[in-house]
Amino acid sequence: MASNTESMDDLVDKDYEHGFVTDIETDTVEPGLNEEIITFISKKKEEPEWLLEWRLKAYRHWLTMEDPTWAHLDIEHIDYQAISYYSAPKSKDDGPNSLDEVDPKLLETYEKLGIPLQEQKFLAGVAVDAVFDSVSVATTFKGKLADAGVIFCSFSEAVKEHPELVKKYLGSVVPAADNFFGALNSAVFTDGSFVYIPKGVRCPMELSTYFRINASNTGQFERTLIIADEKSHVSYLEGCTAPMRGENQLHAAVVELVALEDAEIKYSTVQNWYPGDENGVGGIYNFVTKRADCRGNNSKVSWTQVETGSAITWKYPSCILKGDNSVGEFYSVAVTNNHQQADTGTKMIHIGKNTSSTIISKGISARHAQQSYRGLVKISKSAENARNYTQCDSLLMGDQCGAHTFPYIEAKNSSATVEHEASTSKIGDDQLFYCMQRGIKEEDAVNMIVNGFCKEVFKELPMEFAVEAQKLLGITLEGAVG
Amino acid sequence: MLDIQDLHAKIGDKAILKGLNLNVKAGEVHAIMGPNGSGKSTLANVLAGRDGYEVTKGSVSYEGNDLLELAPEERAWAGVFLAFQYPVEIPGVNNVYLLKAAVNAVRKYRGESELDAVEFLGLIKEKMKIVKMKEDLLNRSVNEGFSGGEKKRNEIFQMSVLEPKLAILDETDSGLDIDALKIVSEGVNSLRNEERSIILVTHYQRLLDYIKPDHVHVLSNGKIIKSGGPELALELEEKGYDWIKEEAA
Ligand SMILES: Nc1ncnc2c1ncn2[C@@H]1O[C@H](COP(=O)(O)OP(=O)(O)OP(=O)(O)O)[C@@H](O)[C@H]1O
Ligand SMILES: [Mg+2]
Repeated sequence: MASNTESMDDLVDKDYEHGFVTDIETDTVEPGLNEEIITFISKKKEEPEWLLEWRLKAYRHWLTMEDPTWAHLDIEHIDYQAISYYSAPKSKDDGPNSLDEVDPKLLETYEKLGIPLQEQKFLAGVAVDAVFDSVSVATTFKGKLADAGVIFCSFSEAVKEHPELVKKYLGSVVPAADNFFGALNSAVFTDGSFVYIPKGVRCPMELSTYFRINASNTGQFERTLIIADEKSHVSYLEGCTAPMRGENQLHAAVVELVALEDAEIKYSTVQNWYPGDENGVGGIYNFVTKRADCRGNNSKVSWTQVETGSAITWKYPSCILKGDNSVGEFYSVAVTNNHQQADTGTKMIHIGKNTSSTIISKGISARHAQQSYRGLVKISKSAENARNYTQCDSLLMGDQCGAHTFPYIEAKNSSATVEHEASTSKIGDDQLFYCMQRGIKEEDAVNMIVNGFCKEVFKELPMEFAVEAQKLLGITLEGAVG
Repeated sequence: MLDIQDLHAKIGDKAILKGLNLNVKAGEVHAIMGPNGSGKSTLANVLAGRDGYEVTKGSVSYEGNDLLELAPEERAWAGVFLAFQYPVEIPGVNNVYLLKAAVNAVRKYRGESELDAVEFLGLIKEKMKIVKMKEDLLNRSVNEGFSGGEKKRNEIFQMSVLEPKLAILDETDSGLDIDALKIVSEGVNSLRNEERSIILVTHYQRLLDYIKPDHVHVLSNGKIIKSGGPELALELEEKGYDWIKEEAA
């Protein structure tokens, strides 16, 4: 938060009465976090009283918590009082005024991904007036969803239009007091996505936040809630492959998934937030709490993630397998290059009978990057015949990077079957030479080998997403060998 | 086609090639034999441009150009192919996919249009027959879990698809059963023509029963110490290497 220290000094110098304004007319609040600010956010969003109470409770709990230090990460101290917790949709002053002010490396990446100029500006945070094609796409696709009875809207809209659903499920998977960043998010979240799939409905299309994010800036404390009612099915895609340049360094999102009886949720993420420059300056801190509750019998949740961005990633998409025969899956590719750090993995909590979980984690580190897999498989007493299979592979490029694995297994029921396999390999000179001898350029060869390494995960992604993810991987690792 | 003059190469501090001369004309097949550790694979690797070898002296001209100036992939584009003594496994990379990328890389270099999946399958179908390549090997990861013989056969299959101008086969016959040896040899023979040169590195005369070489060379301690016709291989089979070493000394 180095760039904010100045405003922090300003703040300290300021008289209290001029400090925290609760004027609902203003669009951005002064940095700082207190009950007044939270009340301001809630009022600004015209939220019901219960939600404000919920936020305040989360905040009061957060005050008693400490920054987690157990992750294998090197994090500069974050000054939470130096962050501004509310900022209305972007004004021209916020971001860079033109692409000339944007990190040229970022622009290079946009070029390689083939992103149109207008969209590049948007992604880089340059204020633009142009309307994107995707907005019109979004409109037609909303109609189709409405016909199926699917609710897919922003979180704020859901609070207004479907308060009963929000009230019933919000915090039911990730309680407000769950963890440091989760609690912070619960107190100050500004917006996010809401999905409800009614009983027996198979969502007629892949739901993608990409369309929506193009229309409005969801901010740094995003909140997502997806509910799949009995016998329903939904596939949700989060993020986009283009690196988004956030205005804020800290992103602390919470995602809650609820799968009722016989329901299935497939949640795919491609995360490519700005990783900072080659020296590790700038870049997003991505601290996310993602958890799924397989509440009903025979329910299934599958997390697939491709994490290539952010300076620091800290995330463990998890499944609570409560329903009998419920299934949890976690497929992950995490790539860290330069000075990026990632501590990621999953938790599979087996509670119901015959529950099963699969974890496939592929970590790739290059240059000075550090990466950890951290996984917990917990088999409760009640989880008769639970099964888990974990496979955790690391690929190193160069000898200054690191990969670490922390698998935790807690089995309280002897009928459980838990398997764990792990491997660490280096991208081999002999593999590269083999490809090059066949006429394939080094860069393409690296791409090919890395994609081969990630194949088991990529095949879980929806087709178009998989193609983009492969491309993205290549760009992220460009020049990492040789 | 290929003219090697006084080639010296080392790995780290260890000198391995110590003044090697070899001239290969278009259309010729040369067999290189020699004791273990004499530098045969080193020669193959230096010609293909593998990292880690330092050429300290001498020159290699290929079709009139300095081969040592080129990057490995540029050598491949120019028609140099190495069938590896130990083909590497590349997990998760489809065998056919790699080959298609290889074919298209060369086509791109030549300014030809890249082949799509259908065109490519058309191209390899014929070649598969020549080396009796099993279809399931095509769709597996490159060399992963292939038997020793299957790996070698895959090398020759790749060669027949890529149609190189200069093919260097490093002990492709090792590890092949009798039938496979015949099939692989037929594959090599089917590629033989006036424009294509082949360097066969082998320990065994029996390969040369199937692929008749124009010249046979003995490589020992980094140098070619004797050259002759096919009869030299028969002589070696009978007498071993010592007599030549003594002769050379
Ligand atoms: N990376 C290396 N580091 C050190 N020495 C090496 C290295 N690679 C090869 N050598 C040495 O170079 C010499 C020549 O090896 P090379 O592989 O060229 O022999 P070869 O003639 O192909 O033998 P073979 O018939 O057993 O295949 C050997 O003594 C070998 O140990
Ligand atoms: Mg050898």
